[in-house]
Amino acid sequence: MIRVVLPPHLRTLAHVRGEVMLDVPGRVTRGSVLDALEAKYPMLRGTIRDHVTQQRRPFLRFFACERAVSHGPPDAPLPDAVVQGTEPFVILGAIAGG
Amino acid sequence: MSRVRVLVGTRKGAFILTADGKRKQWDVSGPHFAGWEIYHVKGSPADPNRLYASQSSGWFGQVIQRSCDGGKTWETPGGGVTKLPDGTPAGESNKFVYDTSPDTGNPLTTHQWYDGTQHPWEFKRVWHLEPSLTDPDTVYAGVEDAALFRTSDGGNTWQELAGLRGHGTGPKWQPGAGGMCLHTILLDPSDPRRMHVAISAAGAFRTDDAGKTWRPINRGLHSQFIPDPTAEVGHCVHRIALHPSRPNVLFMQKHWDVMRSDDAGDSWREVSGNLPTDFGFVIDVHAHEPETIYVVPIKSDSEHYVPDGKLRVYRSRAGGNEWEALTQGLPQRDCYVNVLRDAMAVDSLDACGVYFGTTGGQVYLSADAGDNWAPIVRDLPAVLSVEVQTLR
Repeated sequence: MIRVVLPPHLRTLAHVRGEVMLDVPGRVTRGSVLDALEAKYPMLRGTIRDHVTQQRRPFLRFFACERAVSHGPPDAPLPDAVVQGTEPFVILGAIAGG
Repeated sequence: MSRVRVLVGTRKGAFILTADGKRKQWDVSGPHFAGWEIYHVKGSPADPNRLYASQSSGWFGQVIQRSCDGGKTWETPGGGVTKLPDGTPAGESNKFVYDTSPDTGNPLTTHQWYDGTQHPWEFKRVWHLEPSLTDPDTVYAGVEDAALFRTSDGGNTWQELAGLRGHGTGPKWQPGAGGMCLHTILLDPSDPRRMHVAISAAGAFRTDDAGKTWRPINRGLHSQFIPDPTAEVGHCVHRIALHPSRPNVLFMQKHWDVMRSDDAGDSWREVSGNLPTDFGFVIDVHAHEPETIYVVPIKSDSEHYVPDGKLRVYRSRAGGNEWEALTQGLPQRDCYVNVLRDAMAVDSLDACGVYFGTTGGQVYLSADAGDNWAPIVRDLPAVLSVEVQTLR
């Protein structure tokens, strides 16, 4: 199972507490994790990536094993620790505004 | 006994204020959607327990919320783990995609940017939700960048009424300081094919065929801040209001100037009269007196607060021109709040209640048509919108 950490507002929107556990078929990449997340929690569609362009929303970033994985290709494999479920895939909102 | 339900959108969540017909004792629920900007919440005239809310955030974009029990519980339409026949998730309630298809008019991809160049249309948020007068599953949404969308499945999916952007003047529209938003949607209760909308900064528009075709209705408007002050489009209309018994009479608060039309917008004349300043955002009409209207003058377009530190609602009982200041119960010193365009509403009880919210977080009520005012709440986040439901 893939572990995903959502920002607090998206946890509220998805009616979940703590980490989200996902079955991700095939290669575990940023794109496939987000596909699985949106399939299980459709209310999150459009809140992390644009509906049409699939581009990451500008104030969000992705991390895995304390490394930023926001900017690479979406089909690049995520670290083994994320694939094995020992580390989470983290979606983080920018700290900005008041 | 009648009750009232006040739906308040703020910078940091929604609040629902309820009272019986006396409007003395209030229950306050919220914040709903805490931490999110709630531009608008509105109930269906056809089913008052059906509410829609526009929830948005710079981080997470647009979300549409729906309640079927008067705001006790909420859901994102289509947000459950249901699937369409092809197996894809059904959650598209926040998908607002501009129509660029060649089949539905004139695909339009750019409007005028601040510097005069052309700029692509980019969806940002829903400013205003206007439920159908007859069908609780049909709602119109006015969005930024300016366009009109409609759902007919309770908010699950939204389709653009592309004839508005495509009628020809779209490339001349430009954003105001607050963005290029479609903020006013007026449905004509006597003619389901007729609808008025207003856009900052483009002007007012009308359809007479249920949204297929549109035309500007800005004749008589005069705006000093545009190269041609009487241009067909480019006017920064802040709000339009009508009384349901006389849908051809429209009242407008423009960037500057309070205006009136007696021919459904075909022509306008100024009725600012003796107002201390004719800049402002809100305008509304008494529930039982179609010639009684309300505005809240704001000092200027560069000083968005009430003049002289005094919060004053102005009422005209003559449909404009002759205005009286309503001050009883409102702060008359050291007050520097604004009242935004969607933040005034009226109930339809026998003694018409008038409500407005401020950027200082107060929601004021006058239960006697404006003579006396008192705050219902006074420490909410900045108020973006106020709507009232009269429940029989």
